Amino acid sequence: MAEKGPGGLNPSRRDFLVKMAQGAALAGTGGLLWDYILRSEARAAPYALRPPGALAEDDFNAACIKCGQCVVDCPPQILKLEPAGGALPIGTPFYDARTGPCIMCPDIPCMKACPTGALSPELKKIEDARMGLAVIDIENCLSYKGLRCEICHRECPLKGKAITLETHPRQTSKHAMFIPLVHSDACTGCGICEKACPTEIAAIRILPHKLVQGKIGEHYRLGWTFDTQITEDFKQAPQAAPSSTPEPGGKPGGMDYLNEGGL
Amino acid sequence: MTDKPVFTKADALASSEKVHNLAGMAKFWSWRYIILRRISQIAILMLFFGTAHWGWQVAKDVPLLIGNLSASKFIGLIPLTDPFAALQIFLTGHVLQKESLIGAAVVLGIYLLIGGRMFCAWACPVNMVTDAAGWLRDKIGIQPIFHLPRTLRYFILVATLVITVISGLAAFEWVSPIGMAHREIIFGLGMGFTALLAIFLFDLLILKNGWCGHLCPLGAFYSLVGKTALLRVRFDTHTCTHCGECAKICPEPQVLNLKKLDERGYVFSGECSNCGRCTPICPEGSLKFDFKPLIRSHNMQASVHADAIAVQRRTR
Repeated sequence: MAEKGPGGLNPSRRDFLVKMAQGAALAGTGGLLWDYILRSEARAAPYALRPPGALAEDDFNAACIKCGQCVVDCPPQILKLEPAGGALPIGTPFYDARTGPCIMCPDIPCMKACPTGALSPELKKIEDARMGLAVIDIENCLSYKGLRCEICHRECPLKGKAITLETHPRQTSKHAMFIPLVHSDACTGCGICEKACPTEIAAIRILPHKLVQGKIGEHYRLGWTFDTQITEDFKQAPQAAPSSTPEPGGKPGGMDYLNEGGL
Repeated sequence: MTDKPVFTKADALASSEKVHNLAGMAKFWSWRYIILRRISQIAILMLFFGTAHWGWQVAKDVPLLIGNLSASKFIGLIPLTDPFAALQIFLTGHVLQKESLIGAAVVLGIYLLIGGRMFCAWACPVNMVTDAAGWLRDKIGIQPIFHLPRTLRYFILVATLVITVISGLAAFEWVSPIGMAHREIIFGLGMGFTALLAIFLFDLLILKNGWCGHLCPLGAFYSLVGKTALLRVRFDTHTCTHCGECAKICPEPQVLNLKKLDERGYVFSGECSNCGRCTPICPEGSLKFDFKPLIRSHNMQASVHADAIAVQRRTR
C-alpha cells in the first residue's frame, strides 16, 4: 500500500485532488469574470435603436452575429456597428435618429441581409416595424408654446396615423395650439420627426418602447369602453331613436315642426 | 593572343551583381509563403472594405463580398458564416436561419479540406499582429516570464461554450479581438485596437505565440476541424538531417515532433496552421506542401529510392 500522508490521504491522490480543485477554481473565477463582462456589455441594450424587425432585446443580443451586412445594405447608410468600448453592446447595429433616421424602405433590405434572423423575416411590412416610439417633450415643443410648427406631423411618413394634430382654440392669454400627438399603434420609430424637429435639442425623440411605455394592468376595467349590463340598461332602445327615415305620410316629422311656424 | 584579358573588372562587377540578384531572388523565393499570406490576409480585408465603402460589385446591385469574417455573402449568392460563431449562437437557444446554417457548412467544408488553421495563418487579421510581435521578440531576444500549456486553448474553447449556455450570449463573439479588429477596420474605429495592442504586447513581452498558440479558442476550434485536412506538410524522413531549423521557426513547434512525423509521413496535428514557414527553410527540402492522398505513395517511392541508394553504396 502507498504510504499515508498528512490526514491519512494517499499523497498522489491528494495531489490529484488539489490539482482538480485548483483547476476548478481557475475555471470558476475566470468563467465568472467572463460572464460578468458579457452581462455588463449587454446591459446597455435597452438604449439602442435597432434596425426594423429586430427581435426583443435578449433574443437580439443572442442572435446577432455582428457581421454588419445590414449596415452595408442600408440604402441611406444610417446603420452603424457599435465599436468596442462604446455605450451600446459591442458590434451590434444601431442608428441615431437625430443624425440619420430610418427612411422605411418598403422592401426592408437590412432585414433581408440578416443571415441569422436577428432581424426577423416575420416582418412583412415596414409599417409594422416597431424600432422605437416617438416621445414629445411638451415643455420644449414649439407647438405646445402656441407656435405654428407641426414639422414632425408634416414630415411623418405615417402622418395622420402615427402623428395626428389636436387643435386647441385660443383662450385668454394663450395662443391657439396645433398639438402633435403620437400614437403607438402606428408609430414605427423611424425617427424622421426627430431629425426634422427644429429645436436645438430635438423636442420629439425616438426611445425604445421599454423606456417610455407604461402598462395599466389587466385589473382596470374601463366600463365605458365596452358594453356591460349597466350600459345596456342606459342605452335607448333602437326603435325609440329618432329616425330620419321619411314617415309613410311623406315629409319627415321634424321638418314639419320647424317649417310650419309652430314655434 | 595579345587580346585584353577575357575577364575584366567590369565583368566581375556585373557577375557579382548577378549573384546578388540571384541571392535576392532566392531570398524572395524563400519568403513566398509569408508574402502570399500577407497578400491573402490584406486582400480579404480589402474585399470587405471595398464592398462596404466603395461599393465594389460584380454586376449591378450584386455586391462583391459584404459582411465580415463572422458572416458574409460572396457575390450575392454564397453565404459564408463563421462556424464557431454559429455554434455559439445555436447554444444560446436561437434557431439560426437557413442562410447562416448553409454559410457555416460551406466554411466548415472548406476548412475540413484545406486544414482548419489555414484560417489562422491565411485569413485572420490578428495573425499579422502576432507575427509582428513574434518577429520582434526574436530580434530582441526576450525571455519568457512564464509558460502556459498549449492545451489551455481547448479549456478556453470548452469554457466559451459553457458560458454561452449560461449567459445566453455568444461568449467569444462578445469579447473576440478578432471580431473587434475586423469590424473596426471595415466599419469604423473604436477601442478595438487596444485589444490588438494588448495582444501585441502580450506576445512580445510576456509569452511567445501567446495568443494564437495558447489562448485563442477560435484557433482551438479550427485545430479540431483541421484534423482530417487534405492539404498537409509532407515529411520526408530519408532526407531529413534533424537540423531542427523547422522547429526553430515554427509557431507551433509541438506539431514537428519528428519521431511521430516519421510514423505518419506528414504533419498530422490539427494545430499546424499551414503557414509554410518550415517548407522553404528546410535545407534538405524534407518538408513540402502536399495532398494527403498523394503523400503515402510519394513516401513509398522515396523509401524505395533511399533503399536503392543504400544498396548502391554498400555494393560499391
